[in-house]
Amino acid sequence: MNRARVARLFGTYGVLMALAVLIIFGWWRYDNFLSAFNVTTVVRYNAMFALIALGMCFVIMAGGIDLSVGSTAALGSVAAALASHYGIVPGMAAGIGAGLLVGAINGLLVTRARIMPFIATLSTLLAASGTALLLSNQTSVPVSATSGFINVGMGMLWVVPIPTAIAVAAYALGSIVLNYTSTGRTVLAVGGGEDASKLMGLPVARVTFLVYLASGGLAGLAGVLLAALGFAGQPTEGVGWELFAIAAVVVGGTLLTGGSGSVVTTLAGVLLLGTLFNVLNFENGKGWISLSAAWQSVVRGLFLLVVVLLQARLTRSTSQKA
Amino acid sequence: MGADLLLAMQGVDKRFAGIPALSQATLEVNAGEVHALVGQNGAGKSTLIKVLTGYHQRDAGEVTFLGKPFEVSSPQQAQAGGISTIYQEINLVPLRSVTENICLGRAKRRFGLLDWRAMHEEAEHLLNRFRVRLDVRRPLGDFSTATQQMVAIARAIGFSARLVIMDEPTSSLDEQEVQVLFDVIRQLKADGVSVIFVSHKLDELYDVCDRVTIMRDGRTVRSADMSDISKLELVSQMLGRDVSKMEGHATAFSRPPADRSGEVVLTARSLAAGQAVRDVSFELHRGEIASFAGLLGAGRTETARVVFGADPTRAGSMYLDGRAYAPTHPRDAIEAGLGFVSEDRKLEGIVPDMSVADNLTLALLPRISAGGVVDEGKQREIVDRFIKDLGIKCSGPGQKIRELSGGNQQKVLLARWLAMSPDVLILDEPTRGIDVGAKGEIQRLIRSLSDGGLTVLMISSELEEVAEGADRVFVLREGRTVAELAGDEITEETILAAMAQGHVSHQEPGQ
Repeated sequence: MNRARVARLFGTYGVLMALAVLIIFGWWRYDNFLSAFNVTTVVRYNAMFALIALGMCFVIMAGGIDLSVGSTAALGSVAAALASHYGIVPGMAAGIGAGLLVGAINGLLVTRARIMPFIATLSTLLAASGTALLLSNQTSVPVSATSGFINVGMGMLWVVPIPTAIAVAAYALGSIVLNYTSTGRTVLAVGGGEDASKLMGLPVARVTFLVYLASGGLAGLAGVLLAALGFAGQPTEGVGWELFAIAAVVVGGTLLTGGSGSVVTTLAGVLLLGTLFNVLNFENGKGWISLSAAWQSVVRGLFLLVVVLLQARLTRSTSQKA
Repeated sequence: MGADLLLAMQGVDKRFAGIPALSQATLEVNAGEVHALVGQNGAGKSTLIKVLTGYHQRDAGEVTFLGKPFEVSSPQQAQAGGISTIYQEINLVPLRSVTENICLGRAKRRFGLLDWRAMHEEAEHLLNRFRVRLDVRRPLGDFSTATQQMVAIARAIGFSARLVIMDEPTSSLDEQEVQVLFDVIRQLKADGVSVIFVSHKLDELYDVCDRVTIMRDGRTVRSADMSDISKLELVSQMLGRDVSKMEGHATAFSRPPADRSGEVVLTARSLAAGQAVRDVSFELHRGEIASFAGLLGAGRTETARVVFGADPTRAGSMYLDGRAYAPTHPRDAIEAGLGFVSEDRKLEGIVPDMSVADNLTLALLPRISAGGVVDEGKQREIVDRFIKDLGIKCSGPGQKIRELSGGNQQKVLLARWLAMSPDVLILDEPTRGIDVGAKGEIQRLIRSLSDGGLTVLMISSELEEVAEGADRVFVLREGRTVAELAGDEITEETILAAMAQGHVSHQEPGQ
């Protein structure tokens, strides 16, 4: 009984343990790994991915998928950069607005036109990417140096980088929505049994629309951070971000089939993948071995597989019940 | 007996998270016999079968098959070893052809390529043994459930099964199809193949089975020849209590003495929808149990879905409390005071990965939320009350509903709608796939709800349930209401006659 319980806990929180192990490993092996500078850099940079993964987590729990988040972030960064000359608020609003627009289109395609989420968001991936290139004349768009927009990326809230604070706030809100609101419960119900949810009179279409809208909005916000961190709107960034987000969600123990999941472990998934990247950089810095970007990618892929395999093995032994 | 013993499972133990699901369970099946495996939900039947087919690994005990120890770790290995299972929900691939469904996994090849002609021939040959003729090139999904079941059996035989396990094979078949299935079972028997037959329908067991093993609380209570055990004995051993009081009534319904119907609540005139509903009219009176009777495909469920706003109408009109009622979405129906417990519990009822508490309160969420935030205290209070009132057996409100027995899942679904305090509750096959004891409980519950003023529309394929439970019966036939019966007119004979002939025959048929 205790063993099964431990296994179940590990299935759910395994990602947290893996994260802890990785951090301890880094602390033991590298000087400066836990220095304020390194930690701040990692959490500042990964805030973008965290926001995207949060949206992805909700879409996946509702039984869908959103492939458009990467190019939506690119579009958001261009929109934010263009609007940053009018001030911080217009810059942020433009980025988030662009994301909400793409999210709304995704939501309508899935709920009204009844197109499969994979196809619908693949189309908007291409369309958003093209729009970003058109708006930017196919080159990066510098943000205003005078309006203070850069502070959104580089500023600090006491000891916490502002992007990190934004991401933490978003996750806190997401966790409350999922666990304590009827909308959150409905997301899980729709993902776990769409027919049953319809017959219960649950607002299936509205909730489905909302998760895509949220995912788009969060991707737009990630675009705002991208522009503020890179001092420019970057129309060609964001390639493959959707896969990073899906990986983080899956490592966090959320089922790709929908119907169950957790916001907190998704955040841990983002940090795990981000920390791994950081560890590989440190390893290169040690000069023992030199991993090219290609090899780093291979190592990350293998690591992801190991974590998911471990989780699958552990949860399988506990979920078999008559 | 020892000589032709095919399967022996002895002293089998299985625990889940420390809780015993099987303790010292025993099952012995002879060659060429049809062996009934009965017990309430949760008695351990499914677990025993899953242990046998390698889906679960046993904690203790011996399994001998064909005289040798039988050790498998997956249903595929069990199949290769001669034990095939036909599940309640047929687990074949509906989009692929009948041939592929029969031959997949042991495809015939010529020059390294699939030999389609030989495979089609083999599929036809296997089906012909059961006198089933069909175009094996067509997708399996084109055929009825009954036919798909034959295909599943043919597949098992194609894998040279010596033992075929059928888990409630008749639950979605009509009377005639059941007879065809029984012919197939007898044919299997004649060929020396043994069958383990799991069913909740007593009459069927006596029709087709030679021996029976009764399970209760994970133990084997008794094994006997069918001819040596009476129905009453069988039921009482399944339930583990004295059931002599159940004599006389096959169901837990008891008809109220007088006509007690109140005013008309819901009227439907000449409803038509899709292909299945052509011309259906009925009136529901307050506080009565009305029932749709009819064969499979008569349009009963389809009519219910239309009334609940889940499917659109083509023609016709409805009135609720005298006002025009035209729901376009289940939400409209729910707001108007209707509830609907669907026939397909797994797909349209429960959300399997969610807790009992969430499943019970999902439809209620808007009413127990303030500003979108769920009032957890109120939720907890409602859930606790219904768990207690309906006697829902679970480890707690947080337990996942998929882990509950069918009867308890059904109670949660009933509670889901009762918590909404509806005026009209539509129950589609409320007791299907539920063991005898829980069935009686649910029937009594339905009656007490109608006594409390709830209007119930019950769809049931079990004639005795309709005949004993309903105050008013509408007989549907090929999408049309062909008869309305009330009070003393309601007998199994009159319902059957209307279903068969399309009218209530007070005169000679054929007029």
